[in-house]
Amino acid sequence: MSQASNNKLFAKGWMIAVYTFLYLPIITLVVFSFNDSKLVTVWSHASFRWYEALVKDTALIEAVLLSLKIAFLSALMSVFFGTFTAFALNRYKRFKGRTLLSSMSSMPLVMPDVIVGLSLLLMIVSVQHWLGYPQKGLLTILLGHALLGTAYAAVVVTSRLREMDSKLDEAAMDLGCKPWQVFTLVTFPLLTPALVSAFLLTFTLSFDDVVLSSFLSGPGYSTMPMVIFSRARLGLNPTINAVATVTIIVVTIAVIASSFYTSYQERKRRREEAQAYSDTNK
Amino acid sequence: MATTAKENSKPAQDVLLRVEGLTKIYDGTVKAVDDVSLTVTKGEIFALLGGSGCGKSTLLRMLAGFEIPTKGKIFLANQDITNLPPYQRPINMMFQSYALFPHLSVWENVAFGLKRDGMPKDEIAARVEAMLSLAQLNKYAKRKPHQLSGGQQQRVALVRSLAKRPQLLLLDEPLGALDKKLRETTQLELVNIIEEVGVTCVLVTHDQEEAMTMASRIAVMSEGYFLQVGAPDAVYEMPNSRQVADFIGNVNIFDGVIEEDEADHVTVRCAECVHYVGHGVSGHSGMAVGVALRPEKIILSKEKPKGDYNWCAGEVIEIVYFGAHTTYHLKLDSGKVIKAQELNNTRDLSFGLTWGDRAYAQWNDLAMVVLTQ
Repeated sequence: MSQASNNKLFAKGWMIAVYTFLYLPIITLVVFSFNDSKLVTVWSHASFRWYEALVKDTALIEAVLLSLKIAFLSALMSVFFGTFTAFALNRYKRFKGRTLLSSMSSMPLVMPDVIVGLSLLLMIVSVQHWLGYPQKGLLTILLGHALLGTAYAAVVVTSRLREMDSKLDEAAMDLGCKPWQVFTLVTFPLLTPALVSAFLLTFTLSFDDVVLSSFLSGPGYSTMPMVIFSRARLGLNPTINAVATVTIIVVTIAVIASSFYTSYQERKRRREEAQAYSDTNK
Repeated sequence: MATTAKENSKPAQDVLLRVEGLTKIYDGTVKAVDDVSLTVTKGEIFALLGGSGCGKSTLLRMLAGFEIPTKGKIFLANQDITNLPPYQRPINMMFQSYALFPHLSVWENVAFGLKRDGMPKDEIAARVEAMLSLAQLNKYAKRKPHQLSGGQQQRVALVRSLAKRPQLLLLDEPLGALDKKLRETTQLELVNIIEEVGVTCVLVTHDQEEAMTMASRIAVMSEGYFLQVGAPDAVYEMPNSRQVADFIGNVNIFDGVIEEDEADHVTVRCAECVHYVGHGVSGHSGMAVGVALRPEKIILSKEKPKGDYNWCAGEVIEIVYFGAHTTYHLKLDSGKVIKAQELNNTRDLSFGLTWGDRAYAQWNDLAMVVLTQ
């Protein structure tokens, strides 16, 4: 009995340790965003001083807006190209260079960001040298993020495509769908959940990327993580805490809402299934 | 190939599907379907029966248009459809996995094909309602496929493939995904619906019972070609080769040599016994043949039968009780094991034969088939 209670105690302690490790820094950050003191580590009294400072900090707000813009656009591009890659790998079993494509498409997942960033920088610089285009800035950051995101999106979409019964395509064609109708009427609607999650994943990846952005951005194009990073080197300003807190709140609300939605869907599905079985056994 | 010649002489207007020398070769070497020719008349249910990898599914997929034949032609109502894509063929298919669209309701699944044809809305509604009541699914119209039981899903799949009133319906292992108990009732429902609509069917199955109960004609396939084509009873009672006899049902095959070859009878001498066959066969004396004898045509007894023909003796080594009948495994003096099936037509449990008993198996002179191939 004491053995069991010891185990329980150990499990509880372990859990607390893990949660502390994961969330204490975040909680500290949130608490200190309401700190009146100019020193990040010394508590004086609560105030909204740094939130007021944040509203006036146009450089930081511009960086946040730029980050959102880049994240949104690069996520769109990633999902678009990732879906095509996944289709090529899943639906067309035999074509020249398939093995190469399949291993190369997942390369950015394992390649260190620094190396990807550096190689992209070198490429862009030499292309610019020959063609005078593109200037480093929004477009180059977008391309870099889309490159990384495509690999992730391809993985997500591939796993969904693999689950899907390939006979559905044939059934659609059998019932009179031309190939493009098979995609718009059957494949795409069934793929939507995977596309949404691929979008969210690549959005997040892009939003918090600092390495690729640092290599690829040009003057006037600093993303939020870059700004935070550069300011941290000069000594942290509690405004950063404020912007981080806002981000955390937005993300938390999104996560909670999406998990509520999925569990609601799941419960609804189960209820309907149970209904179907009880009807059959009547 | 005698069957093919006979069928080709049928009046042309009755023939719905005609396949000529159809061949499918994968990767340049693997012959999945090898020079198959067949004709299916209007209203017929034609079954392609064979084990896995015999080419039956490839043949069906070529009919549906999912595979392009390497050689040969497919004609539907005298029109060459060999190179038409699936969406232009007046042929619909019911898939083994049903392939119902999970994001669409039952109603929308059935209407799917009609909408592609650009049919007016009120006509679609009327057709879908008619189809659903045919399968008694009206009250499930708004359900999604995952909210239906296996049998209901199967009926949705069937009426979806019937909704466009195809000239030819293809069925891929129609009962393959159901458990055994559901099969019998579903099979009847299926045949009833098909007969009510009066559509011509080609069905693929590995289950000989399914083929025999549903089809009006069966083609037994192996390694890409037809071994035998015929009505279910003809294929069962008059197999034309060892492979067919072996594949359809249980069979005991005795190897022997024709001794007497007369117009009204032949005798075949085997190691175990002498068979007296009460009809002539296309062979000659001295020819090595196989004699196929179904287990249910054997009568077992403890007494030695009179006469010199059509019996043999052995030891009971296995008794398998099935309820309605019992199968006895008899080890003959030559070492060969044969199966004999006795109907349990009384409630008397003491038939008298038990393990280790010596028993006599006998059969009449029309019970066996002489296999010359």
